[in-house]
Amino acid sequence: MKSNQNKSAINAGPNEFFLGVTTFFPLIFAATPIGLLFGALAAQKGMSPLEVLLMGSFVFAGGSQFLALDLWADPLPWLTIAFSTFLINLRHVLMSASLAPKLGHWTPLQKYLGFFILADEVWALSEQRAIKHHTTFSFYLGVGLTLFITWQVATVVGSLIGAVMGDPSRYGLDFAFTALFICLVMGFWQGRKTGVVLAASGLAAVLTHKFVPGAWYIIAGAIAGVIAAAVQYDEKTNGLRKPAEALQS
Amino acid sequence: MMSEVFAVDPLVLFTIVAMAAGTYLTRIAGLVLTKFVTFSGRTEAALQAVPPAILMSVVAPTAFATGIAETAATAITAIAALRLPMLAAMTLGVVSVVVLRLALSVI
Repeated sequence: MKSNQNKSAINAGPNEFFLGVTTFFPLIFAATPIGLLFGALAAQKGMSPLEVLLMGSFVFAGGSQFLALDLWADPLPWLTIAFSTFLINLRHVLMSASLAPKLGHWTPLQKYLGFFILADEVWALSEQRAIKHHTTFSFYLGVGLTLFITWQVATVVGSLIGAVMGDPSRYGLDFAFTALFICLVMGFWQGRKTGVVLAASGLAAVLTHKFVPGAWYIIAGAIAGVIAAAVQYDEKTNGLRKPAEALQS
Repeated sequence: MMSEVFAVDPLVLFTIVAMAAGTYLTRIAGLVLTKFVTFSGRTEAALQAVPPAILMSVVAPTAFATGIAETAATAITAIAALRLPMLAAMTLGVVSVVVLRLALSVI
């Protein structure tokens, strides 16, 4: 199925772009400290400011960047990092699938270039905008570029400061990752079923971490959580769909 | 371990490119998939569990199998995250781990 690409001028306009920038504005104050922290921790792991800038620009996904730092070691476990990044970013599949039908008149080029910067916050604000209007490319770009610039500046500055900051555990900053991720986890909280998913993945991760070397505990925990979610899925409360296509294990 | 500002290790660059490729794939996947399939039912429920399950797996060893200070600080952070803005909850978590470690080392 192909969608009609309507080449109208609705996408253009500095007003939509400016609206995107101002919509994002308050989030600058939330993103900057987290960016500074990322840069500082990256410097502790031996990354140069340019490497920090490259990772921020090419990957541009905070959660997975923190995860990569957590796994960062010598020698660099690049395959584990790449695979874990892919897994943690699987949520983007759902995000882009949800946003795709709500876009205004985007050309295919705008879609495939624009979604390069589909970070969580960009997605959230675009969805919010889509409640009342189609999300135009200009609006999306206003939101996305503001976050992009904020993130790069904050992380690079953080890495420059971090290099002279010393041992992060002195300030409890080694716990900052854990605290950040706990906050993100709680953002996904939707009641008892989430609790079961978290218990399953937490237990699987702790046990695997104890007995299997390397970062396999993340994958084991992810699989356990996904199975817990699939098992808990209830036809009656979640809609009338055809039964059991999951549960392959 | 003084890294130069513009130093780029080839393996680091390769890792970044590998991360970026996978991430871009997940971001455009929705554009491609919505043309062919609609997620529904159990599959969607399973996919939605992926982010919290991964985040939980990452923190679990530190949060639950390191020490009393870390486990207690984890609980404090989790409760704070339900009530406070993220940055405030994070700060509270970091401060409590410092205080608890100090308190436990004195005892």
